[in-house]
Amino acid sequence: MSEITKADVEYVAGLAQLSLSDAAKEKLARELGDILTYIEQLNELDTEGIEPMMHAMPLTNVLREDKVEPCLPRELALKNAPNTDGEYFLVPKILGGSE
Amino acid sequence: MSQDWTRATAYDIREAVKSGAVRAETVTQAYLDRIAAVENQVLAYNEVWNDHALAMARAVDAKIAQGEDVGPLAGVPIGLKDLICTTEGRTTCSSKILANYQSPFDATCVERLRAQGAVFLGKLNMDEFAMGSSTENSATHQTRNPFNLECVPGGSSGGSAASVSANECAFSLGSDTGGSIRQPAALSGCVGLKPTYGRVSRWGLVAFASSLDQIGPLTKDVRDQALALNAICGHDPRDSTSAPLEVPDFTACLEGGVEGLTIGVPKEYFTEGLGDEVRGKVEAALNVLRDSGAKTVEVSLPHTSYAVAVYYIICTAEASANLARFDGVRYGYRHPEAKDMREMYVLSKSEGFGPEVQRRIMLGTYALSSGYYDAYYLKAQKVRALIKRDFDRAYEQCDVIATPTTPTPAFKFGAKTDNPLEMYLNDIYTISLNLYGGPGISVPCGQSADGLPIGFQIMGKVFDEAAILRTAYTYEQRSGVKLAAPELAAS
Amino acid sequence: MEFETVVGMEVHVQLDTESKCFCPTSTDFHAPPNTNVCPLSLGLPGTLPVLNKKAVEYSVMVGLALNCEISRWSKMDRKNYFYPDLAKNYQISQYDLPLCHGGWIEIETSAGKKKIGITRAHLEEDTASNTHEIGGGFSGVDFNRCGIPLLEIVTEPDIRSAEEAYAYLTALKQILQYLGVSDCNMEEGSLRAEANISVRPKGSEEFGIKTEVKNVASFSGVQKAIEFEVARQIKVIGEGGTLVQETRGWDADRGITFSQRTKESAHDYRYFPDPDLMPIVVDEAWENELRERLPELPAARRARLEEQYAIPPYDAMVLTLSKGVADYYEAAAAAKADPKKAANWIMGDLQALLTEAKQEIEDCKVTPDNLAAMITLIEDGTISGKIAKEILAEMFASGKAPKAIVEEKGLVQISDTGELEAIVREVLAGNPAQVEQFKAGKDRVVGFLVGQVMKASKGKANPQMVNDILTKQLKAL
Repeated sequence: MSEITKADVEYVAGLAQLSLSDAAKEKLARELGDILTYIEQLNELDTEGIEPMMHAMPLTNVLREDKVEPCLPRELALKNAPNTDGEYFLVPKILGGSE
Repeated sequence: MSQDWTRATAYDIREAVKSGAVRAETVTQAYLDRIAAVENQVLAYNEVWNDHALAMARAVDAKIAQGEDVGPLAGVPIGLKDLICTTEGRTTCSSKILANYQSPFDATCVERLRAQGAVFLGKLNMDEFAMGSSTENSATHQTRNPFNLECVPGGSSGGSAASVSANECAFSLGSDTGGSIRQPAALSGCVGLKPTYGRVSRWGLVAFASSLDQIGPLTKDVRDQALALNAICGHDPRDSTSAPLEVPDFTACLEGGVEGLTIGVPKEYFTEGLGDEVRGKVEAALNVLRDSGAKTVEVSLPHTSYAVAVYYIICTAEASANLARFDGVRYGYRHPEAKDMREMYVLSKSEGFGPEVQRRIMLGTYALSSGYYDAYYLKAQKVRALIKRDFDRAYEQCDVIATPTTPTPAFKFGAKTDNPLEMYLNDIYTISLNLYGGPGISVPCGQSADGLPIGFQIMGKVFDEAAILRTAYTYEQRSGVKLAAPELAAS
Repeated sequence: MEFETVVGMEVHVQLDTESKCFCPTSTDFHAPPNTNVCPLSLGLPGTLPVLNKKAVEYSVMVGLALNCEISRWSKMDRKNYFYPDLAKNYQISQYDLPLCHGGWIEIETSAGKKKIGITRAHLEEDTASNTHEIGGGFSGVDFNRCGIPLLEIVTEPDIRSAEEAYAYLTALKQILQYLGVSDCNMEEGSLRAEANISVRPKGSEEFGIKTEVKNVASFSGVQKAIEFEVARQIKVIGEGGTLVQETRGWDADRGITFSQRTKESAHDYRYFPDPDLMPIVVDEAWENELRERLPELPAARRARLEEQYAIPPYDAMVLTLSKGVADYYEAAAAAKADPKKAANWIMGDLQALLTEAKQEIEDCKVTPDNLAAMITLIEDGTISGKIAKEILAEMFASGKAPKAIVEEKGLVQISDTGELEAIVREVLAGNPAQVEQFKAGKDRVVGFLVGQVMKASKGKANPQMVNDILTKQLKAL
């Protein structure tokens, strides 16, 4: 039985940048708990020594040559922007350093 | 009486347009008229491009008049699932967060269809970001099942399936991550095929779960599948996961019958969850193939019951990263009251995404978060390897595997929305194939007592679309099963 | 109590490819804002990354030059966090399987030579740049830089002083420049250094609480920041306070570090393998091919120069600091310049001119051939060393050949005995006081008189001959 607490939901919502009402948090805690309990049936399986399958196809070294191709004109790049001054994408002022 | 082109197959339209028997514009106009007449009942489209479609059709006609080559889809009017990027119109993924998004580029499959003479009618409704099995998770509206307007069309490619069955397009493109083409095709009574992972470029497909997503066609019959598939398959250097392989002429693979073919029937798919009506129709379908000379053997896919669990870890984990980009910085919805950076993210996402999308982002974020990666994501990838091994072993004994597409026919609106897990379990027969990576097709094999379509699924080895097409084509020809949606006459 | 400094460095280097790491867009981030962007650099829905082969090759070459083991099998991962400079809100990076790991680099300080361990070097994509001067409560984001390949090079905590950190950065930059994989311009951000700094009681095996100093614009700044930070940490401990693990910025003007985050947010990056990118396999054949493409590295070149040109170790060290200088030096030597004299001119006058003009040797108008020709003119007595300095300045300004300048300005050295004797006579006649002093035994005035002769000849007199003639005439008086 997977117990998901409201605090778990709050922590994960913080990582995912979602804000949830108290009611939504409780509902999600219940639903995620149910789903995770269902998912825990995987623990019945012994997967010792099994290579994880990351891709549906066994390709390696899919690489491109270092060549420049024409890029997007700025009008098109900025076309969908919620806020722009015609040069930059504008966002609420960023405080502090970068990551 | 003049021919009703909206009932014709893509193949017949192409032949007629190329031979000059009909103008592409006439065919396109017929489809636009049909949409105008029945769309208020079916609600398959997010956006219909009347002018653009007619302009494309006229361009085909002009080429024919000039004696130029017009390509294998000349004048065929099609619809596109609204997560396939198009420079025309909007690409919304049926989400509020992308409600006004206009892509500056065409998806590779769109470029290819354009080059081959297809005519685009518009964008089709879906579950938001392809997350769902009923199209009820669309932020715009609910698409209805043409066979019963009170029932869901399936999902997530619900608009793609309903538009084909309601003759609102000659064929459509959908995407399949865990059954999102095959399941709505089964529920809405058309033919849906998920190609092998890597067959169709994902460039321009808005990602849900990158290691599972594939674009594929929904068509009126199997021959149209071959035609549509050849139009969209092939290596694309813009997609690192695209297979650098030759693509056979699928239409040439249809004939030849199933004499000597071995069909595997996995015992794990015929258990208690399977509805009696579906079981009966699928067994009848297997009999048709046996009568046509195929041999059936029981095979085992022992990890089938774990597939849904594996799937919901992998797809939500990948989705949690894929959907992080919708933050209101470069495109998409930004909450008007966001005063700082964190508010911009949080308010935009919380208002822009619907509940199911938020639920899956939460699940995927949880599964990847510190301390849980090994227990969930890594474990799921290991069990995915076991599921693939099941298929590899089964295919040592057979050429294709036949199963039902869904446990039951279409359900009523709201029947499963209260319980996400129950909705997830509806995909139990389609999900394993995405985890394995191979191709699968759903063909109609009859109707329930209530007149709802039932789907028969044929799965193949990786890159062996030819075998499933030939099996499905033989079945379609021999069974004589041909579903036609109710008239849906203009009300 | 005596404390020991413990420092580990993380350096991000922009790899000098034509196109970005995962898309065919130009890496020229100086272009007007948001003009070198494509659907992928903007993280538009439906876009997919395809890895730049050259970025992988450059990374492996750096790894080999840093004596790393190259991973036979590695992969790209997604590092998830939200920031407006991150187009997808995840960064494509490498988590548990970096391309290169387990290497070392040799550094030299006043205390001698030492090896610094290289933990790993991994490939990732650069972020966009934020501009805060937009006003109206907004910041502007420019995605030109977003997606440029970055190699992150991480050391073991082997560095024991600020001086060693400086030496490490210098040695690393030297290797990167020799490889030609990065211009290493710190001011423009193509090389960014972060130091993880802690102190511990001497003899202790355990690590102290570390702080991370970021955004330092120069190597000497890093050195000063470490010195400051070590002193600060020792002071806090000495006063019985507790250190906080945190990120600190460097205020170059005030010479202090300052806390950038009051509370270090718990990073939970949720790394997982990027499903859009296939694994990278560097087999032995590819590794060997890249190994063969490595140029001669600084240490090897330094040893060779010392031996081949019989120059002092110090000269060889200075000349190999930058690949451009070493190439220049060897070209001049190949043009038959005396190796020791060529070294002196390059390290002395030419370097001074370059420094003053803020020029790199690669852009210098004085070709190695012309420098060699100038040295030959001194050797054969055509010009004096003093005149040569003038000529070099002219060469530096105009790029003309030394011979042309000599002829144009009539700067040929006077080596005619008769002519020189006449000048000396005149000078002695004009300076009777100094002549008297000489007679009184004050030899020092000879220097003054030589100077007067040189002045009278406008610097063209052969100084050796002037010395001889002057001494002879003085003694004859």
